Amino acid sequence: MFGLVPALPAAGALAHIPALLAFSALPLAHLSPLDMAVIVIYFGMTVWIGFYLKGRSNTSEEFFMAGREMTAWIAGLSFVSANMGSLELMGWAGSAYQYGILATHWYWIGAIPAMLFLGLVMMPFYYVSKTHSVPGYLDLRFGGAARSVAAVSFATEMILMSGVNMFAMAVVMKVVLGWDITFSILVSSVAVALYVGLGGLRSAIFNEVLQFVLIWGGALLVPILGLVQAGGVEGLKTRIIANLHTASASIAPDSYFHLWRDTGHFAANPMGVHWTGIVFGLGFVISFGYWTTDFLVVQSVLAAHNLRAARMAPIIGSFFKMAVPFIVILPGLLGLVLLQNPDHSRRQLVGEDVVKSCVVSASEDKVADPQACATAMQTKSTLTPEYQKSVLTGAPGTELHSYNEALPLMMVRYCGPGLLGLGITALIAGFMSGMAGNVSAFSTVWTYDIYKPLINKKGSDSHYVLVGRLSIMIGVAVSIGAAYLVMHAHGIMDYVQALFSFFIAPLLGAILMGMFWKRATAPAGFLGLLIGIITSVSLFVWVKFSPAAVATVALSPDATDMSANLYRALWAFLTSVAVIFVVSLFTKPRPVAELDGLVYGATKLPKEPPVVFYKNEYLWAVLVVVIFATLNILFW
Amino acid sequence: MHGSGIPIWFFIGVLLLLYGVMIFSYGIFELATGNYPPLVELTNLHTPIWWGGILTILGVLYVVKFRPGRAQ
Repeated sequence: MFGLVPALPAAGALAHIPALLAFSALPLAHLSPLDMAVIVIYFGMTVWIGFYLKGRSNTSEEFFMAGREMTAWIAGLSFVSANMGSLELMGWAGSAYQYGILATHWYWIGAIPAMLFLGLVMMPFYYVSKTHSVPGYLDLRFGGAARSVAAVSFATEMILMSGVNMFAMAVVMKVVLGWDITFSILVSSVAVALYVGLGGLRSAIFNEVLQFVLIWGGALLVPILGLVQAGGVEGLKTRIIANLHTASASIAPDSYFHLWRDTGHFAANPMGVHWTGIVFGLGFVISFGYWTTDFLVVQSVLAAHNLRAARMAPIIGSFFKMAVPFIVILPGLLGLVLLQNPDHSRRQLVGEDVVKSCVVSASEDKVADPQACATAMQTKSTLTPEYQKSVLTGAPGTELHSYNEALPLMMVRYCGPGLLGLGITALIAGFMSGMAGNVSAFSTVWTYDIYKPLINKKGSDSHYVLVGRLSIMIGVAVSIGAAYLVMHAHGIMDYVQALFSFFIAPLLGAILMGMFWKRATAPAGFLGLLIGIITSVSLFVWVKFSPAAVATVALSPDATDMSANLYRALWAFLTSVAVIFVVSLFTKPRPVAELDGLVYGATKLPKEPPVVFYKNEYLWAVLVVVIFATLNILFW
Repeated sequence: MHGSGIPIWFFIGVLLLLYGVMIFSYGIFELATGNYPPLVELTNLHTPIWWGGILTILGVLYVVKFRPGRAQ
């Protein structure tokens, strides 16, 4: 299992800093003055936006909720952009390199149904209750205990996620520019702390929309030019099948191009997942948990200027979400066949742990620990014996690169001066939007759901704004430390999935039971959430210390870490729901009159004025469903 | 952005316009001098010219449509 170790002491993480800083891979490119100008202009504009918006972020409503005046388009693009950090760009490009088109599930079935459900079904309750956060909704529905559990777990998750973003961005700087990891982390941290600390959620949303455009402007060229060079989609398929003849015998060569066909057995597809895990674990628990209860993404929609805009925002976002694989998954697949070593042989990427095992000694210009490196390459990579030997002897141009570096490697391949700066800016923008969303959500939850109810209930409005600004600074500082935890991960995505199953799945159980079952009680909500989290962490620790337990957790000894994460989320969700159900039967429910605005069947939703058909959210939702179904059939 | 102030889209237009002009100009320079980056693939497609041009056009459209003070 290569995931986050929740109880990892800080000293353990710090011990790896020297090893990481010792990476001596030559930078893939040198920025020209034009590239530097592109990057500097971007940083200058984001900071300026923060200062510009500072004057419009004086009250807590303005600072934490952006004044609740966002249009559907802005809220929708921000909603999607908040999810386009390291996870979206490098992580999934690397996963596509490893697992093929199966990685697309995280964009389609792992997002679209949940986004529609949020917009059409759940948003009215969030919006009508006027909650400022998801833990805030739990407070209204289940009381302070459930809120505190959710708030503390969410705040912890945000800090760790922010660390993931920082680390991924630092890797880009390391691979492409040769910049020091710590320097990159500090520069990005200061910029985010500055612009979110000044302008609050409004600044985060503003920059997320800006970053959304940049990501497309900077990253779209890679798949276009890659497809041209690969000979189109058919050429890409032919070359992948020809190159992957060494894959496991149980995996068909064309399995990289099928979303569902080979998911009937764990061992029949590159990802080692079963369709039940994809549908129930990813498509339901993780996806619904993330897109409907994770305040990181929901905060943008809560800032919409009316209920119709709040409902339209996720639907607008879902169109763009379906298109993102073109700039993330496709470059990963193209990297499989187009990336080359200096001798023009195919370059094979490896896991982060293999790269670390083969760190080059700065003094001798050779692999520092040849034994560990040889073992790692033999057991965890498919590198040829000849290439492994070249790596061990320190032959020029044989440095190893990890899966997570697939996207920047592809950028360097096609982008000259100016365009490379734009591509790098797109990546930086993606990472920074992720970080901005993390720290903004952390600040709101810390101030409203932890500080205000538990530490200082009687502060003035300006006092809470000050606390919000300070918590952003502190949150960024703490997440810098979290960035170093990620260095233990084999792939960034495995780590993130582990986090989801700790917090998100039990939270989904509590929110759904609270929103759709009038009988659910406050003690049940609290216990369901708590026991769900404990269940998830326990299963994680069990598999960590006894790998054979994966056969029980994921229902098959062939299941991979990724698959185990999906099933762990499912069990945590079911535990949470079961506990809430049973405890509610033995405790006294609240009167139905108190549930107005909080629970389905007890809430009278406000009538919205009629609009012309093309502004109706249901029409667009149907269109999304049709496109979603078509894509899944096309790539079956 | 809803409400008063400079719209988000204006800032996006300015950024696209700046980037577009910079990249397009470099593409013209590259074409005129024949000085192509040696390690970059597909330079024969003159990507900076057409991609910079697209960014410039989009930038102009957004700047004009969402310029501050324009009646909505």
